[in-house]
Amino acid sequence: MSDLRVPVGLLPLALREVGFRHGDQDLLKGITLQFGSSGKTLVMGPNGAGKSLLMRLCHGLLRPTEGSIRWHGGGRLGGQALRRRQAMVFQRPVLLRRSARANVEYPLVLQGVSRRQRRRQADAALERFGLSALAGRPARVLSGGEQQRLALARAWVMRPEILFLDEPTSALDPAATKAVEDAVLTFHEEGTRIVMSSHNLGQARRLADDVVFLCRGRLLEHSPAETFFTAPASAEAAAFLRGDLVW
Amino acid sequence: MESADNAFITAFHLIVSMDPVLTGIVLLSLQVSLSAVLIATLIGLPLGAAVALWRFPGRGLLITLLNAFMGLPPVVAGLMVYLMLSRAGPLGQFGLLFTPTAMVIAQCLLVLPIIAALTRQVVEDLWKEYAEQLKSLGASRARAIPTLLWDGRISLVTTVLAGFGRASAEVGAVLIVGGNIDGVTRVMTTAIALETSRGDLPLALGLGLVLMLMVAAVNGAAFLLGESARRQAG
Ligand SMILES: Nc1ncnc2c1ncn2[C@@H]1O[C@H](COP(=O)(O)OP(=O)(O)O)[C@@H](O)[C@H]1O
Ligand SMILES: [Mg+2]
Repeated sequence: MSDLRVPVGLLPLALREVGFRHGDQDLLKGITLQFGSSGKTLVMGPNGAGKSLLMRLCHGLLRPTEGSIRWHGGGRLGGQALRRRQAMVFQRPVLLRRSARANVEYPLVLQGVSRRQRRRQADAALERFGLSALAGRPARVLSGGEQQRLALARAWVMRPEILFLDEPTSALDPAATKAVEDAVLTFHEEGTRIVMSSHNLGQARRLADDVVFLCRGRLLEHSPAETFFTAPASAEAAAFLRGDLVW
Repeated sequence: MESADNAFITAFHLIVSMDPVLTGIVLLSLQVSLSAVLIATLIGLPLGAAVALWRFPGRGLLITLLNAFMGLPPVVAGLMVYLMLSRAGPLGQFGLLFTPTAMVIAQCLLVLPIIAALTRQVVEDLWKEYAEQLKSLGASRARAIPTLLWDGRISLVTTVLAGFGRASAEVGAVLIVGGNIDGVTRVMTTAIALETSRGDLPLALGLGLVLMLMVAAVNGAAFLLGESARRQAG
């Protein structure tokens, strides 16, 4: 018998014929793919391809209008219980109007973690992402790069099994971008499954184990990174890699 | 009859010497208005937040009513409460008319729409920004309410102070339901009206000064609070 206190891993995550319709437009259609239990997937595609939408569907912020999204270990867990074992970092992080530390503590408050535990975990996370000196600052006055690292520290205390990142560096300078990429690697080393969107090819080459390529709401490729970057299967991906199909 | 100069000096003396009549009136005013604002806040904050976060039948009507009642004339509020509390009214049996409790109810009716309507606006705006992030962090909609109220604290405190300003400055409602009974329901505004008409300018002026200082202090505090918080929180 398995120990009931240790939750079964959520992953893999399987999407079957997932679609998202808005009005008479198919914003996503016929997406069938699986995210295995480890690795770093980069979601790529031109602007408006549906990358953000796909990740919000996976994370449970939206419901697909067609098809199904199944967590292998999800069982009968409700949306909230599922989301508490995942985390998402948005393009522009939404930070609460409180101190940096209080922001990191917030998900733990929701989980009913005791004050002392919260403080300890938050301080450890702030330390890990180089934010200790800023712990008492109002989160909203931090720089863009610091805010994004704070969002990562907040995700860190949730000990997510999977971390979704939606173009987390698109508004950052190179140094801040590097810090975010390092943070992503830190999560990866701790065993967190990474699903990240980006339209920065250099970044994708640096980070991707495999690539999901979307174009106009369709899944055109899901292949290992080397394959995708050296021998893309679709004409659109080839054009995208040449830089001809960006926006 | 005294000259205005003399009246000023006597008024000032009344304040500085903490004249018992004047002090009694000021304390009752504070007690009534603070109670009204406290109750209106306890009801208005969650009510405004709930209206902001949930869709339900009649929501549009409720929002319209709240907004319309923000401008409710105090005499009309007084009249409404009077009708409720008068001997023949639905709450007549409690004998509340011409008591401080009746005044608290009337002022609460004046302040509640302000607090609830502005809270709805503040919380709804914040929710637009926070909804996905809070959901992602594992917050339910109900659990989001205290979070949103806390993050909207600057605007909400300003709102509550505005409510206090309205409550402490109005005459009509407290006059109708309180009756301006000496030593029982006489508050600053009703006393000023009465003493002026009776020609007792020093007491009227003294109370007027205290009331003005109080309202100015409240508004100043609201302004400073907002400024410093904005500077701090960016
Ligand atoms: N909740 C929504 N409702 C309606 N349309 C949406 C919604 N979210 C995104 N869209 C639309 O779906 C398309 C894909 O958007 P998005 O996933 O943000 O693209 P990407 O992240 O790849 O740039 C866009 O045309 C966008 O306007
Ligand atoms: Mg996007």
